[in-house]
Amino acid sequence: MNQSLAEMPTEMKHKRTDITAPPVLEVHDLTVAYREKPVLWHIDFAVTKPALVGIVGPNGAGKSTLIKAILGLLPVSSGTVEVFGRPLKKERLHVGYVPQRESVDWDFPIQVLDVVLMGTYGRLGWFRRPRETERKLARECLARMGLEGLESRQIGQLSGGQQQRVFLARALAQQADLYFMDEPMAGVDAATEHAIFQVLAELRDQGKTVVVVHHDLRSVPEKFDQLLLVNQRLIAYGPTSDVFTADLLRKTYGGRLAILEELAVALKVGRPTP
Amino acid sequence: MLNELIRYNTLVILAGTGLLGLVSGVVGTLTVLRRRALAGDALAHATLPGLCLAFLIVGERRLPALLLGAAITGLFGLFCVSVLARGTRIKDDSALALVLGVFFGAGIVLSRWIQNRTTDGSKAGLDSFLLGKTSGMILSDVLLIAAVSAIVLFLVVLLFKEFQITLFDSSFAQATGWPTASLDLLLMLLVGLVVVAGLPSVGVVLMTSLLVIPAAAARFWTDRFVNMTCISAIIGMLATVTGVILSTLFEDLPTGSLMTLAAAIVFVFSAFLAPCRGWIWRNNRRKAFAKSLDISK
Repeated sequence: MNQSLAEMPTEMKHKRTDITAPPVLEVHDLTVAYREKPVLWHIDFAVTKPALVGIVGPNGAGKSTLIKAILGLLPVSSGTVEVFGRPLKKERLHVGYVPQRESVDWDFPIQVLDVVLMGTYGRLGWFRRPRETERKLARECLARMGLEGLESRQIGQLSGGQQQRVFLARALAQQADLYFMDEPMAGVDAATEHAIFQVLAELRDQGKTVVVVHHDLRSVPEKFDQLLLVNQRLIAYGPTSDVFTADLLRKTYGGRLAILEELAVALKVGRPTP
Repeated sequence: MLNELIRYNTLVILAGTGLLGLVSGVVGTLTVLRRRALAGDALAHATLPGLCLAFLIVGERRLPALLLGAAITGLFGLFCVSVLARGTRIKDDSALALVLGVFFGAGIVLSRWIQNRTTDGSKAGLDSFLLGKTSGMILSDVLLIAAVSAIVLFLVVLLFKEFQITLFDSSFAQATGWPTASLDLLLMLLVGLVVVAGLPSVGVVLMTSLLVIPAAAARFWTDRFVNMTCISAIIGMLATVTGVILSTLFEDLPTGSLMTLAAAIVFVFSAFLAPCRGWIWRNNRRKAFAKSLDISK
């Protein structure tokens, strides 16, 4: 489908999936504070092999803060982050990012294709402009997100779901091996959500790792391989089947009733009663 | 009158200020999109004490020295804004207003003191920096302004892609390894250079309008950053050239005010007449839509 993806050296793919290879992502003792008040405490986990990882927790639990801190977008009080065994700063070309949709001004004078092209800027480096190769890649990424024909629209003219997919297309154009996505399903309809999950699963099947901040508990069990429960502290991390339990979720969300009802539904969906 | 216009000196001034207008249109687009329009204003007003101090030190009206002094206090003013906004509970806009007022006030006091002190106060000519005056300019002044403008233009063209990603989505830019803080700082330095280069012809008081109005007008004509920058550059050049020509024809009028008015005319024209985004076009479309609803009833 994507020529440049197919051209990725095969030994690299093997290396990244090999057990002896360094973990995809290793977060060690990460603590973040706003004005001396800690919002994340001693977060410690490692993603050892390519997976679709969900980050779940109540509002204000620090989910977005966690991925921003991992990416170095916020000052951290302590902790280290390693990607493929090296400090993240040295592996930025292999790390993709989908920020929250609200983080940009959608009135900005820019067209869809120009936004997607920004995914190629990292590889281009200083001073070099995108050329036909990059444009072709960007168009492929748009097509993969089902946005053909919209490339010369001003971004403000798109629907919320389309804007979200533009951000995903830009991340695809980064051709990264590890992706961080901040609520990519926020405000999209069911069909779009399905399409997005499909692309995420494809990325995982290509040997990439996708870490997703997610808020809808119902879709968690069938979509994510690994699950990270967070509420200022790391509650649990591991395979979804081990972590997505009533006990641990109650521990994450506290005793909030509405959430627990949602949780009951989710557990039913995730584990059909025998 | 015509002879006056085609005099060699006037042509040189036209070329120099034209380049200045072009560059302020370009840099203005970046600042407007970065929502830093007021930073340019604070910086411009904060240059006045620097102009005066430089005059006191050098003792005569030498443009390079005056502009250097202007650049120093201008950037120091912006530094104060960022210290106030970060280190205290004062918000950005209040910090800008505070610095603008205090520095400008100090500048006015200094310039009046200089004029009262020296027997021939007008020799300092510091008043011409308030609203801009091109008639007294000499060739070397114009060349200096043109050189500064050319450097700024070169840097923006070179770093256009880097500025685009930082302006549109600075967290994505940062996550992909671009030094957004440094690029932000560079942008402010470029604004500083343009403001300082514009002081003699546009003046302290209205310099910011030459940064903001062309960019605001350009937004009506396009949905692309590149195009907006180019259109804004053209409008900026149009404004400065018109201002200089008019001030040549009517001796007493300050060039800065004439340039601002010229830019404002283009803005009003754009706001009404631009296709798709102009007021007339949008109003027609609204009416047509309302009519289509009526018919379907």
